[in-house]
Amino acid sequence: MREAILSVGIDIGTSTTQLIFSRLTIENLASSYVVPRISIVEKEVIYRSQIYFTPLLSQTEIDSVKVKEIIRKEYEQAGIKPEDLKTGAVIITGETARKQNANSVLAALSDMAGDFVVATAGPDLESVLSAKGAGADKLSEDNREVVANVDIGGGTSNIAFFQKGVLKGTCCLDIGGRLIRVEDGRIAYIYPKIQELAEHHQIRIRVGDPANELVLYRVCEYMAEQLAMALHVCGADGAHQGMYTNQGSPLPDSPQIMAATYSGGVADCIYQEEEGEVFRYGDIGVLLGRAVKNNQSLQKLKIYPAAETIRATVVGAGTHTTNVSGSTITYSGEKLPIKNIPVLKVSSEEEQEPAKFQNAVRDKLPLYETDGALEQVAIAFSGNYHTSFNQIQDLAKIIISGAEKMIEGPYPLILVIENDIAKVLGNALNVFLEHRKAVICIDGIYAKDGDYIDIGEPVAAGRVVPVVTKTLIFNS
Amino acid sequence: MVNEKELRTIIEQVLTEMNLDQGTAPAEEETCDTCNNTTVIEDGFIPDVTEVDIRTQYLVENPVNKEAYYDLKQYAPCRLGIGKAGARFKTDPVLQFRAAHSAAQDAVFSDVDQDFIDKMNLFTVQTQCDSKDTYLTRPDLGRKLDDEAVKVVKEKCRSNPTVQIYVSDGLSSAAVAANVGDVLPAIEQGLKSYGIDTGTPFFVKYGRVGAMDQISEITGADVTCVLIGERPGLITAESMSAYIAYKATVGMPEARRTVVSNIHKSGTIPAEAGAHIAEIIKKILDNKASGTDLKL
Repeated sequence: MREAILSVGIDIGTSTTQLIFSRLTIENLASSYVVPRISIVEKEVIYRSQIYFTPLLSQTEIDSVKVKEIIRKEYEQAGIKPEDLKTGAVIITGETARKQNANSVLAALSDMAGDFVVATAGPDLESVLSAKGAGADKLSEDNREVVANVDIGGGTSNIAFFQKGVLKGTCCLDIGGRLIRVEDGRIAYIYPKIQELAEHHQIRIRVGDPANELVLYRVCEYMAEQLAMALHVCGADGAHQGMYTNQGSPLPDSPQIMAATYSGGVADCIYQEEEGEVFRYGDIGVLLGRAVKNNQSLQKLKIYPAAETIRATVVGAGTHTTNVSGSTITYSGEKLPIKNIPVLKVSSEEEQEPAKFQNAVRDKLPLYETDGALEQVAIAFSGNYHTSFNQIQDLAKIIISGAEKMIEGPYPLILVIENDIAKVLGNALNVFLEHRKAVICIDGIYAKDGDYIDIGEPVAAGRVVPVVTKTLIFNS
Repeated sequence: MVNEKELRTIIEQVLTEMNLDQGTAPAEEETCDTCNNTTVIEDGFIPDVTEVDIRTQYLVENPVNKEAYYDLKQYAPCRLGIGKAGARFKTDPVLQFRAAHSAAQDAVFSDVDQDFIDKMNLFTVQTQCDSKDTYLTRPDLGRKLDDEAVKVVKEKCRSNPTVQIYVSDGLSSAAVAANVGDVLPAIEQGLKSYGIDTGTPFFVKYGRVGAMDQISEITGADVTCVLIGERPGLITAESMSAYIAYKATVGMPEARRTVVSNIHKSGTIPAEAGAHIAEIIKKILDNKASGTDLKL
């Protein structure tokens, strides 16, 4: 049994807007006489849009009408209708995500981008998506190394690093190719932090100054050095802490990073021989690429070619956000899909004691109330401590008593579990609740407090549901 | 407990007496140094070789890349990376292998504990086999209930249930003991949640899979499901299967059975497997077909 589902990825970044369609192939990897094990076995990008400059109304406002127009045109060109799509992600990244109208752009898009398309933002997520798009996770897994991806975009550099395929940390710095813009041979814009960085090193640049390649290259050298510091390949200086986006935190210093890939718009200037006018893009991207390439600290790392460069984030968004649930689950089909459900996490410590479990749910549920009415919420836990049939019965009773308010409310009872117990637990809940409450109980999914999840319509003959877990925490 | 000193005195006494009985003196001359040394009885135990997790045990000396091999071992509980002593296995893996083999043999030759059968509220009937030996040598007899069994099943079981579930030892009593407690109630609860009624469960001693055909005919169930111990292997002796058939009849083709195998604690969680089996039974009922006639 093989089945393909279509996924869309849309990335609206500080400088560029892109879209890709990908085909995710899911297959039952278990033989037909054992319990099924359905996984995504292949991810293939089937359509790549042109790369557009993100239309802006002003320095701070995205032109949502024009963005929508771009997306619509690309759908037409690819011959794909919104209803063909089962999953996907729209992400607004980098500096643009901070802009006030991001939400309304997302709202405008999620209607036309298919029924089950999510909207999300946040530098941590962007770091992970671009690194996966660049293939750093796979390189680290295949080569058993610690590999970082540095996605150098227009406004930010997003870093994520992996050890043997497992994410070890992310960070985001205000280092980007368009943080100094050049028009008609003069400096047209300088991002304040970059100006500070330059001044820290006694380089004076002002808007309106002639764009001097040598001076700007020196600034880029210091920017590249900041990236090296972020990867812990050289010691941090006094200016380093201030370079993180939204006062974010640096990467953990272990495990030690051995290799790197570069993605983002600037990456092409690192991997390829540069030719032509350095300011041809109206910014310092080419110079920054050259500075990164020549940085002696960064040269200590083994540099791999990236699977994607400028499209890494959008490919990551289109192909790496969707997971499938475990293959034995319980759900009420008519309630799906559901989107943007906040996660209430029960810690593993709370899970081990019935009273604590019950209280954790009961006490936290009011946090999800708006004007006294409980909103949709998913209760997440590991499920590692209740595996026998009798323990599952106890667990069902604990949940019914803890989530009493939810059961009385209009929304389904949603449980997201890591361990493979969702079907038997769902049955127990249905029996105890006498089918008077819609229950959605899925496993094989890890979610934590502060995450949001989307659960799509069932695929693979109803065996599994696509799940997107969105981490919206900004650098914390 | 006899302490060391007392033990020593007793042994000396016995030895002296033996000498007296035999009336031979030279025995004392033969006493060597080692014999004179007191036997030391230590507290504690020899480590239990079956406690070793073979996924985490890595015995290769001077490996090129221990970490990579270790990672590889995590994928499956195979006897990989167990090192060697010259051309032979090391002692520990040999002992583990023999322990696994013994566990497999025990699983076949031991009976399911009566207390367990009672706890599960099952009554016991027997096939035409009268012992494990007959069971192993006469598969045909393991597929037929004896007359008494037919009578008891007719008496005690509700007739014409939608689903008849029963348990059988098959080739591993250990599998039944390890899994039925979770699988059986999970199937029953799953079926209950689908609104499907079940008949009276029971236990068949010395049963082969084929006995389900006769049981299906006797009970008149639409679907018959047997939970039966699988032939044990060297990774686990506790693996159980469920064979399920729609309107099974004696002599029907084997292809009409649907099977869910490899139910054990290192595979799918038994309770979850039970819930999965309940769903399969529902699909079998919906489609009025099982085995290769049913596309799952």
